[in-house]
Amino acid sequence: MADSPPPVLALREVSKSFGAVRALREVSLSLIAGEALALAGENGAGKSTLVKILSGVHRPDAGRLLLDGEPVEFHGPADAQAAGVAVIYQEPTLFPDLTVAENIFMGRQPRGRLGRIDRRAMRAQAAALFTRLGVPLDPEQPARGLSIADQQLVEIAKALSRDARVLIMDEPTAALSGNEVTRLFGVARSLREQGCAVLFISHRLDEIFDLCQRVTTLRDGGHVADDRIADIIPDDLVRRMVGRELGALFPKQDAVPGEVALQVRRLTREGVFTDVSFEVRRGEIVALAGLVGAGRSEVARAVFGVDRWDAGSVQVGGRALRPGSPAASMALGLALVPEDRRQQGLVMELSIERNIALAGLAEVRHGPLISRAAERVRAADWAQRLQLRHRSLADAVDVLSGGNQQKVVLAKWLARQPSVLIVDEPTRGIDVATKAEVHRLLSELAVGGIAVLMISSELPEVLGMADRVLVMREGRLVAEIPRGTATEETVMAAATGIGGGGA
Amino acid sequence: MPADRFSLLRRWEGLILILLVAVTTWASLGVDGFANSSNVSFLLLDVTEIALMALTMTLVIVAAEIDLSVASTLGLSCAVLGWLWNAGLPIEAIMPICLVAGALCGALNGFLVTRLGLPSLAVTIGTFALYRGLAYVILGDQAVADLPPAYTSLATATLGPIPVVTLLVAVLAVLFVVILHATALGRAIVALGSNEEAAYFAGIRVKRIRFWLFVASGAMAALASLVFTFRYASARADNGGGLELAVIAAVLLGGVSIFGGRGTLPGVLAAVLLLGVVRNALILADVANEVLNFVTGLLLVASVLAPNLGAVWRRRTSPPLEGSLEGKSAL
Ligand SMILES: Nc1ncnc2c1ncn2[C@@H]1O[C@H](COP(=O)(O)OP(=O)(O)OP(=O)(O)O)[C@@H](O)[C@H]1O
Ligand SMILES: [Mg+2]
Repeated sequence: MADSPPPVLALREVSKSFGAVRALREVSLSLIAGEALALAGENGAGKSTLVKILSGVHRPDAGRLLLDGEPVEFHGPADAQAAGVAVIYQEPTLFPDLTVAENIFMGRQPRGRLGRIDRRAMRAQAAALFTRLGVPLDPEQPARGLSIADQQLVEIAKALSRDARVLIMDEPTAALSGNEVTRLFGVARSLREQGCAVLFISHRLDEIFDLCQRVTTLRDGGHVADDRIADIIPDDLVRRMVGRELGALFPKQDAVPGEVALQVRRLTREGVFTDVSFEVRRGEIVALAGLVGAGRSEVARAVFGVDRWDAGSVQVGGRALRPGSPAASMALGLALVPEDRRQQGLVMELSIERNIALAGLAEVRHGPLISRAAERVRAADWAQRLQLRHRSLADAVDVLSGGNQQKVVLAKWLARQPSVLIVDEPTRGIDVATKAEVHRLLSELAVGGIAVLMISSELPEVLGMADRVLVMREGRLVAEIPRGTATEETVMAAATGIGGGGA
Repeated sequence: MPADRFSLLRRWEGLILILLVAVTTWASLGVDGFANSSNVSFLLLDVTEIALMALTMTLVIVAAEIDLSVASTLGLSCAVLGWLWNAGLPIEAIMPICLVAGALCGALNGFLVTRLGLPSLAVTIGTFALYRGLAYVILGDQAVADLPPAYTSLATATLGPIPVVTLLVAVLAVLFVVILHATALGRAIVALGSNEEAAYFAGIRVKRIRFWLFVASGAMAALASLVFTFRYASARADNGGGLELAVIAAVLLGGVSIFGGRGTLPGVLAAVLLLGVVRNALILADVANEVLNFVTGLLLVASVLAPNLGAVWRRRTSPPLEGSLEGKSAL
């Protein structure tokens, strides 16, 4: 060990361009057995591109890939898998019509007699993986309709089931709450101790400091620094990523709560959530916290009208909302930034500007026709405010990096200037600097009289932003904690139902 | 890669346009009787119904649906016309009734698709048979031919080489181009055809739009039936049989994705003309009927394959990283 064996997998001066976009420029990186390496960088820095090179999805334009010190070429993901590389991609890619277990064992199902797929073994192995991760997912459930967090958990299980020598995780925790993250890290640590090399990407710096031993930082596709985690503090890392000092991360301004803007009364959807009542006043930011699967997104979807509800009522600005109609909700000033940007937030083939205009087509009209100019101005304005990293607003959104796609979803809804804004994991996949910017924006909007309901799995975000924290557990609202007494402990205790401590 | 998806698309439509010009030039020079004004009128007249129905079919397919019942709707509308004419109603009263009948056919399709959630392919295969059957119930084997000359001659009248009905097509084409490419409705259709869930989350009334697209498709088929009936001065239950395939083929050849979400009307109109010119030129060149069918068939196969082949190729070469949850691309 002391003689440092060659890295299991390494990149040497690798470059990759997409047309005019230079996503990676001569980047080197080493994955060492028994060590967790973090990859840090802002949105669009090139992290996912690097992952896709390591996993054989992209071929580098220049540079070399080394496996155990020997040059190697991956001609596709199959080669990388054969070499023992398991990857959790940033965007879950499950087959919607297959069950969770089938997704996990796609292409390498356990075989029984006569080579038939042994469904029972498959189910048992999937269940064992979920037990190890401590999540209550049913292996027999179809993948369609899983929340984004659950999809991510399935992807994690898929990667873990591979007995990999190299485990690559591209923002696996972006939609997970503390509990699931803790479990995931437990599993990752034990893999690492067994000699697995781990590559970890996250915009939550505390996670990097929690899990990793080293960190490689990218900026604008270039390699900036290699550090031992023990030698630096989070501020150092931010400086390396952003290239400058960053102010306070949660510049929450105080607003005086006005009249009730959103009132939810005894809302129930059978088997999903029960008897949920709360209100959000103008000027307030109310967080909806809870574990993955507690029913937070489901409440948001019902309030917005995407899903129906069985009992209860919702009022916006004193007017009763027609259930089951997003268009009617939007007419009353409601907006929902959904959790799953690729499925619910964006039309991937459409351009950035058209996506941003899509929720406000009536607002970019000139007579009966769409005004391209108005559309472009609207998009350009918000692209700038959210520091969108893009080439042209006419590019399809699917060429953007994950975090930048998230910004387009935010822009699409903020541009509507809603009076009640519901945001579901608004900063999922967004880098530190822009996260601060989004928080500043939300806070400003609240001060300007908007009511904000924020769902977030990231506790620091909840604690930093919220005037009040509502906590859900198993489909019920179990606690309401004012800003003054909201702490990691009180929120987690309510979310898990275990007095004190928690995760 | 996705960036040049759009230029590829543009190139595809450009290709159709170039092909149209090339084939037309070749036919004008090489085929006797092609480039005279009566043949041009004939050619334009001959594609009228296809062009009309292709307008609405484009919107329907861009919205990721399909309507296989258009030609049967056309036949049903013809039968209604013949029946009411026999019953002695004035033609001015019959025409709106036909349009309403077509709209109702579309409404039934739309209802079954949007309210009952059935796939439009299955629904319109069913109504394809149903509407044609109904046409026979109404009119039997009769051919109603004693139609008012004012209308039958208007349907074949020309201004110079340009038939009057072509002007109708042109006006509607402009209207539909504007709707699809420059209005909020058009944006909504493209968006919901590409990602229905995201469109729904954006407050687009997905079901309502789909429903009205089917209604429009039915009404357009009825309009085409009026042109068809007067043009041939004959209302029969079997009018326009098989036309739905010609319409869909033209739409696909025009670069509209069968998966929805992509396509332009100028491309479709160019494809309608291209198919018309090829057919017309081959007939004039005395090509045997079998060869004619073979060539048209070949073009149709190419039309379905070529634009979608690119998509399949891209999907094969890039792994299922992007959007495989859309279901379409997940094997
Ligand atoms: N297929 C593609 N076509 C064109 N450009 C692309 C493509 N994939 C990535 N890019 C561009 O490459 C750059 C790096 O993207 P990448 O996804 O690697 O960023 P990232 O560091 O993972 O960002 P994030 O934190 O937002 O996930 C971005 O500018 C992105 O727009
Ligand atoms: Mg990324």
